[in-house]
This record gives sequence, structure tokens and C-alpha cells, in this order.
Amino acid sequence: MAARTLINVPPKAKRGEIIQIKTLISHIMENGFRSDNIGKPIPRDIITAFTCAYNGEKIFEATLYPAISANPFITFHTVATESGMLAFQWTGDNGFSQEATAKITVE
Amino acid sequence: MTPAARFAIVIAALPFAAAALPSPAAEIPLNERLSAYEDMSRDNKAMQDDDTSNPGILAVLDGEMVWSTPAGASGRSCADCHGDAKSSMKSVAARYPAFDAAAGRPLDLEQRINLSREKDQKAQPFAAESKELLALTAYVAMQSRGEPIAAHEDPRLAPFIDKGRALFNARQGQLNLSCAQCHDDNWGKSLAGNVVPQAHPTGYPIYRLEWQSIGSLQRRLRNCIIGMRAEPYAYGAPEYVDMELYLMWRARGMKMETPAVRP
Repeated sequence: MAARTLINVPPKAKRGEIIQIKTLISHIMENGFRSDNIGKPIPRDIITAFTCAYNGEKIFEATLYPAISANPFITFHTVATESGMLAFQWTGDNGFSQEATAKITVE
Repeated sequence: MTPAARFAIVIAALPFAAAALPSPAAEIPLNERLSAYEDMSRDNKAMQDDDTSNPGILAVLDGEMVWSTPAGASGRSCADCHGDAKSSMKSVAARYPAFDAAAGRPLDLEQRINLSREKDQKAQPFAAESKELLALTAYVAMQSRGEPIAAHEDPRLAPFIDKGRALFNARQGQLNLSCAQCHDDNWGKSLAGNVVPQAHPTGYPIYRLEWQSIGSLQRRLRNCIIGMRAEPYAYGAPEYVDMELYLMWRARGMKMETPAVRP
């Protein structure tokens, strides 16, 4: 099944207001240090990078490591400057790439 | 000594005699029952309450897709017969496990879903604890969120509730513990830093942070059985379903929380 994402961005904000953005994505985050029931190592399969762009400008990025649990929940704050689009991107092992967007109206 | 004085001594000695005997587990009074939600930290409660931070919702979204995807030789999806789950599946999960006449015994929601998949969709049943089965179960069960758990008054269920109760009260494993010793007698106290919950299955399938995934009530029961160092049953075993039924009956009237988050 494709990765699922859940994004929580306030639909409306006042100009200059600090807003909280919450993101959740489904991913197994297999850390690469485990082996299966016959002792064969399970290859690492994690998300390695997350970025958020606000109207094309990168406002947040994170590097993810094997110790981060499955279905990473990343939350951060930004200042609502103008109406537009927030674009989120997760990239990882085995060519993993997932995008999501959210609209915000700034008054 | 007068007979009256002797009687008084016997009465006075009775409480000590009672204390020396192992007290049988008493069921929790209905108005003292609590969901394990109440034992959680503020952060974990917030995670469950917000549908954009509850990781169980990721499974529900997958389940919604399984619901509407045709499967098997029939070429039909769940939605083709049942329509919109929001109305057709409302409060259904709150009355499972339910009696199945053909099987002659109760089936839990996962088994009922797989039965329909086999019989109506003519498709391969999903494996126990598979991502698809948990997702579809979570999607169906979420339609009962906020609904009270049914009283399971079907008279055909009564012997199975009794079987479940007997299993719940039976000592087992190398630790020689029963479920009731923790969950009826010692709830609210701590077990290795965790609060012992009352064990009401209000939010299954649950997203358990320890599992880093969603899991069924059978998986949770297996967890406790291994903790008592007893041999767990195979997934789908009638013993599990009887225990699920007893636990749901024990939680009758409590509100469904699916998909619940638990530490």
C-alpha cells in the first residue's frame, strides 16, 4: 500500500501569527540492525529526509536516523506570512519519496 | 464462658480467617470501570484525540481503500454490498464478538470480515494480524467510535461468556497468575513502572506505541499470556474469542474509542 500522510495546518491564520504544523506519515522505519527468524539481516528501510516549503521557500528540514520509530510524527512552528501552499516531502531508502500539500489563508 | 461470649469471640476471629484465605477475584463494579485512556499521559491522550496525530488513522485510511477495492472471484468490494460504512457499519463493532449460527459459536470482528471475504467475495482470507485485515477492521470499528459497547444479551452467547470468564480467572503459566489477579484485584497499582489497567477492550484494533503498529485484541491477549510465561494460543483460537467476548461483556456500556492509542 502507498504511504499515507496526515497533515494538520490551520486553514486560516493572522499575518505574523506563529502557527503549529503537524505531519504524520506511514512508514515502517526498519532500522537495519535486526535479523529475521532465520538470522538473515533485514536491510535498512527508513525515511532519511523531510522538508517543508512555504510558497516554494524551504522553511524546515529534518534528517531522520534509524532510531526514529515507525510512522514518524514531525511537528514544528512557522510564522504565517502570506496565503499559499505548504509543500511537504519525505525521501528515504529504496527510492522512497512522498509528497503532500496543505493550503493556508493569511488575513 | 457464656454461650454469648463464645459467639462474640468467633465473630471477632472471622475477619482474620477470611484474610488468610485467598480471596476470589471480584468483578469491578460497573460505575468504577475506567478505560486505560485515563491512565495515559497528557501527550498520549492528545495523540489519540487528534485525528491528524493518531497513527491509528493511517490504518483506517488503508482500511477505507480495502473496503472499496473489489476482491476475489466475485469481483465485488465490501462497499458493493454494504454501501457506505459510515451508516452500514455504525455500532457493528460494539456488538462483536457475535454469535454465528453456521459456526455454532461466536466470531470476532476479524473472523467475521474474513468469513465474508471467503464466502461472499470468494477471495483468499487475510492472514491473522496482516496489515490489510487490521486496516479493514480498524475502518469498520471506527464507525462505532463513541458508541456504547453492547450488552451481549444473545442467550446463545451466555455459555461462551462463561468460558471466557473461566479463562480470565484461571491461573496459568510459570508465574501461576490469572488475568483477574492483575486486572480485577490490582488495577491502578503499578507493574514495573506501568499502571495496571482494568483491561477493557474499548479501542481495538489499537495503535500501540510499543508495537509501533496497529494490533488486534488477540495480539494484546497473547502479550499478557507470554508475560505470565504461559503458552499462547494460535491466532483465531476459540479460547481467544471467548476471552474477547467476556472482556467486551465486562466492558458493556463503555464507549468505543477505535482506533485507540496505548503506550
